[in-house]
Amino acid sequence: MEKFTKITAIAVPLDRVNVDTDAIIPKQFLKSIKRSGFGPNLFDEWRYLDLGEPGMDNSQRSVNPDFVLNKARYANAQILLARDNFGCGSSREHAPWALEDFGIRVIIAPSFADIFYNNCFKNGILPIILPESTVDELFQVVEAQEGAQLTVDLVQQTISSDDSLSHNIDIRFEIDQFRRHCLLEGLDEIGLTLAHSDDIRNYENKQKEITPWLFNTR
Amino acid sequence: MTAKTLYDKLWDSHVVRENDDGTSLLYIDRQLIHEVTSPQAFEGLRIANRQPWKLSANLATPDHNVPTTDREQGIADPIAKLQVDTLDENCDLFGITEFKMDDIRQGIVHVVSPEQGATLPGMTLVCGDSHTSTHGAFGTLAFGIGTSEVEHVLATQCLIQKKSKNMLVQVNGRLNAGVTAKDVILAIIGKIGTAGGTGYAIEFAGDAIRSLSMEGRMTLSNMAIEAGARAGMIAVDETTIEFVKDRPYAPRGELWQSAAEYWQNFHSDNGAHFYKTVTLEASDIQPQVTWGTSPEMTMSIDDTIPDPAMENDPVKKDGMKAALDYMGLTAGTPINEVPVDVVFIGSCTNSRIEDIRAAAEIAKDKKVADGVKQALVVPGSGLIKQQAEDEGLDKILTDAGFEWREPGCSMCLAMNADRLEPQERCASTSNRNFEGRQGQGGRTHLVSPAMAAAAAIAGHFVRIDTL
Ligand code: SF4
Repeated sequence: MEKFTKITAIAVPLDRVNVDTDAIIPKQFLKSIKRSGFGPNLFDEWRYLDLGEPGMDNSQRSVNPDFVLNKARYANAQILLARDNFGCGSSREHAPWALEDFGIRVIIAPSFADIFYNNCFKNGILPIILPESTVDELFQVVEAQEGAQLTVDLVQQTISSDDSLSHNIDIRFEIDQFRRHCLLEGLDEIGLTLAHSDDIRNYENKQKEITPWLFNTR
Repeated sequence: MTAKTLYDKLWDSHVVRENDDGTSLLYIDRQLIHEVTSPQAFEGLRIANRQPWKLSANLATPDHNVPTTDREQGIADPIAKLQVDTLDENCDLFGITEFKMDDIRQGIVHVVSPEQGATLPGMTLVCGDSHTSTHGAFGTLAFGIGTSEVEHVLATQCLIQKKSKNMLVQVNGRLNAGVTAKDVILAIIGKIGTAGGTGYAIEFAGDAIRSLSMEGRMTLSNMAIEAGARAGMIAVDETTIEFVKDRPYAPRGELWQSAAEYWQNFHSDNGAHFYKTVTLEASDIQPQVTWGTSPEMTMSIDDTIPDPAMENDPVKKDGMKAALDYMGLTAGTPINEVPVDVVFIGSCTNSRIEDIRAAAEIAKDKKVADGVKQALVVPGSGLIKQQAEDEGLDKILTDAGFEWREPGCSMCLAMNADRLEPQERCASTSNRNFEGRQGQGGRTHLVSPAMAAAAAIAGHFVRIDTL
């Protein structure tokens, strides 16, 4: 998993409550044998005017000009501003896969659905919970000034603005320290096990003496 | 030293480290891979830029949705084809040994691995498939896992696991004539229920179990999961070691000597503690037929369909009514009067050479009854198919009117083209009789291969010795 320490990026404001995983990635895309490549179909029903099916050439489809992710000023956004209960619905891990594939690394919302929240961490996405009023403030700032960039610093646990922004932002956020550690180090569950690589090798070396037939190269 | 169970020994010899939260990092010696549960695991490896920890620990073959006819034509269903192609690509890319669709060693993972000697006593073995319990027949700790765990094992050769409790299922005495491993396991599930083994690792023991061949033991362990237990084991003995000897992946020469000696230890010690013990008398077990939509809904071939009115537990009563309704059966009907439409002999439960021999023995010089629309025999692997053909079993079966197919899971789960039509009744040697398992609306009765073949000949369920 990719490490997360600090990013400075454009934030895109998605002003809806209860955005569910079926909206994030509609179910017809779940038959895929992959966990990458979902990015072009992120928010498919909102982003495009036609009905999306797997295997379509998405560059040929007509996009919905009113949908916020399609606006030129938010191109290359890596931070998603969202509202209450983001990521509700099914437990599909395809939802964070799609967000990650699209390029989103941080989601800021007043609340998240539980499973989705957990799945974010497994996929290198930082979900930040802030009070409703603070999220409101961020929406206002981002919408007011085109090209506004935010800096999210996981080491300092802060969200800040640079000089390009007229309105000064300086927000501190809380996060579970174990999860913070995993993101900072880029550790997923596999990464955590791999942190014990020496133990695994020691075990193998011991077993090579006891059950050598299990260590033939065949 | 304290007395240990077989499961304790397998567990203890594979703990890499113990975590503070009561879980352990468990070393996995062998992983089996098929097309349905592996694509996202490989994808995950690629995204994270990881390599398999120990390539030689993995063995792959496509089985769930390969066609069992006309292999030359390829796979018609695009989704199935994509999954099989993806498995091929992933195995080629990472360098994992795979028996592809055109390889004679291809077949159902749980049949292929023991056949190759890739399943060995004393090891830990996993696969993204719940019937991985099959391999417990070898004194192996074997259980099914999910896709994210498949990736975890690929990348680290380990899994984070919590130990289960020990349960002993003891079957004493000698089995009656015509009673097979399938009947024994159905009788056990009938007794303890489909949740009876939940949270446990089961060890099957007793004279009746010892007397079984390895094929029979695999049938038994295969269905441990239907009793709710992720793992079902049998102690290593001469039968185990004889079966493994000289198989392609088994150790040879000096290594064989030390391995065979090491494996002798994989049995429960005298006085080892089991949290729960269940005992059956072999003489009480008659050939079984399931009548409902759960493997615990099983009965003797001599009995009549049970009556929900006789059940006191209201939840069970409703369950029985719903099952009879779905199955289109009436309480009080003798099961041996119930006609069958389709017969399926195959699946990781019963598709080995012994199973096909048993079916052929019944079918010899007889004909499939007119009322039976289709009688399928699907060998578990290409090698079994070949051996059966060398023994002339295919000829006996096709002469009798059975279809002889290419190896795969086939009608066990109807992921390929082989499936039941709504309301068709099937005598099946597979392991699950859930609603819709063999096709929407299909009605499945689980039986042994001999009983399935007998039902094909008689056109209804029947005692083999009255055929
Ligand atoms: S034969 Fe049936 S139970 Fe066995 S692995 Fe295939 S689908 Fe699963």
